Amino acid sequence: MNPHVILRVVAKMLIPLIALFAFYVQFHGDFGPGGGFQAGVIFASSIILYALIFGMAAAKKAMPPSWVRIGMSLGVLLYGGTGVATWLLGGNFLDYTRFAPESTHAAGQHWGIFSVELGVLCTVACAMLAIFYAFGSRVQDLSDEDW
Amino acid sequence: MSSISHILPSWVLTHGPALLVVLPLLMAVLVALLPSKNTGAEKIAWMAVLSTAIICAFIAFGILGQVVSHGPVKYAMGGWEPPIGIGYYIDALSAPILLLITLIAVLCTLYALPSVVAEIEPKKRSPFYAAFLVSFAGLLGMVATGDAFNVFVFLEVSSLSTYVLVAMGASRDRRALTSAYKYLMMGSIGATFFVIGIGFLYMQTGTLNMMDIARILQDVGPDSRVVKLAFVFIVVGLGLKLAMFPLHTWLPGAYAYAPSFVTAFLAATATKAALYLLLRFGFTVFDPSWTFISKFFMYLLAGAGILGMLIASLQAIFQNDIRRVLAFSSVAQVGYMLLGIGMTTTLGLTAGYLHMLNHAMMKGALFLAVGAFWYRFGITQVSDMRGLGKTMPLTMAGFTIAGLSLIGVPGTAGFVSKLALVRAAAENGWWWAVGVIVVTSILAIIYIGRLIEQAYFQPAPKQGAATVAKNEAPMIMLIPLWILALSALVFGIDAEWTTGLAEAAAHVLEGGPILNTPPLSGGH
Repeated sequence: MNPHVILRVVAKMLIPLIALFAFYVQFHGDFGPGGGFQAGVIFASSIILYALIFGMAAAKKAMPPSWVRIGMSLGVLLYGGTGVATWLLGGNFLDYTRFAPESTHAAGQHWGIFSVELGVLCTVACAMLAIFYAFGSRVQDLSDEDW
Repeated sequence: MSSISHILPSWVLTHGPALLVVLPLLMAVLVALLPSKNTGAEKIAWMAVLSTAIICAFIAFGILGQVVSHGPVKYAMGGWEPPIGIGYYIDALSAPILLLITLIAVLCTLYALPSVVAEIEPKKRSPFYAAFLVSFAGLLGMVATGDAFNVFVFLEVSSLSTYVLVAMGASRDRRALTSAYKYLMMGSIGATFFVIGIGFLYMQTGTLNMMDIARILQDVGPDSRVVKLAFVFIVVGLGLKLAMFPLHTWLPGAYAYAPSFVTAFLAATATKAALYLLLRFGFTVFDPSWTFISKFFMYLLAGAGILGMLIASLQAIFQNDIRRVLAFSSVAQVGYMLLGIGMTTTLGLTAGYLHMLNHAMMKGALFLAVGAFWYRFGITQVSDMRGLGKTMPLTMAGFTIAGLSLIGVPGTAGFVSKLALVRAAAENGWWWAVGVIVVTSILAIIYIGRLIEQAYFQPAPKQGAATVAKNEAPMIMLIPLWILALSALVFGIDAEWTTGLAEAAAHVLEGGPILNTPPLSGGH
């Protein structure tokens, strides 16, 4: 019988909710409090919770460190790429109105900020995990007898 | 120079200020994504860095040409006009620094190919190049931007990546780790002070755009305590970053144990960018005619400069590690620049700015040469330099030219800027400062002369029965070294161009606060 069964069951229920909440904060960021940074931290915390309950090895299987490294860079590329796209559309760097110049309700700004915040989410979540992996991997996981 | 402005497409010039920052930043990400196990990756990374640096150098040339012919270049990020949005603002004060940073980056990157192979573990090489590009982007960003908070962001971008770069020297000497940690601590304190100062400015003015701050400060006047606090915090924060004398303790370790290519790049650019920020804030955001600021420049800045010149020069004489000698000499040279700035006269500002440009060339060349000594013979100590005049004649000759320029021998760039400084001090009636400049130049003869004496007048060490054979540094390391050394000669003989740049910068500084909000610009 696993001594942590309650923890595990509760965590299994919570982790998807935390991840879902991260995306709520992300997508709601345009209208209310929230945005890419907060969403990224919340998303990373769901995986960190997984690592705390199920061990580092399991977490690294779910979210491999190589993905983390790529994710950190991809987020920056997404952010910068948005700016490059506005350049290609003939505007200044990060001039989002270029995405929908005819829009009367600033749809271009909406799309631009959305794509930039997605990049922030990606980089922040992966950077948090990278820090956690870097420090967490220095010590061995406790075996069940040591509890 | 204007011919370079013509070959660049007008789009590149219009968006140049943003492109200068975005290009290295995005290239850094791409380089970081390269697979680390593949040995071909580091070559690709190196080529990416080199091409980025060359493109940025062309852009910086173009911007400088524009600034010289049409006045300041402005750019509104995201199409939001400042003060609402982040505005980039490049004038005669910042454009030469941008060019300096990009050119030094090109030369150092050329040099990096063999040097990085020798100093950095294979799997860390691509990330190393990526960190260098981030640092490069940060330096360019903090010089190009016209937004006070944006300055802080780029200051941190460049500093954080620089700590990593310094720590990468650990595979050569473990002491790099403690040096990087010390640099991290001091640098973070500096950045914190700086951002507290910006916070006070924001509290007083309600804006972060530099020109807007300057305009509102004119209404606030010099009596506001918040403004005084802001000034003090900003100056102490930047003083840490630029290694102003009592705040310089991070510098010798960081320069001595970082990889050679990083040391050369940092010595030639990082402190210069921070010094630029001191000028930008002290003269064009705050009003230098206010009593507490002019008194500060005269007593504290010039005082710290004088102390730094004397004490750091003396310390340089007693160092055994070549790079520590040069690092302490850097602190002393920063003292010269601060002394010139502290005079706040046209001649003084010109001399300080000119010395900043010249010092970058000669210190860059010196550190590149020392890196080459290590690359061939593993030399780090002064006593190991015996016979280098015979075993590495070309490298040593480049070192000697740059060293003579550092001393201020007539016909070199160092002489031009020291003479300008002496004239400025004499014009001010600061005869004691003239004396200090002469004394520290004599000290420079001692600490550089010690190195040159070892290299030329001591026999090469024996290896068994035979003396060590001649073993010149590879061509790709010699070329950047010689370009820098020769430029130290060329700008010593014909200093018209560099002096012109320095005079234009001094002219901007003399104009006091820059108040006009930039008109519409960019691709509209």
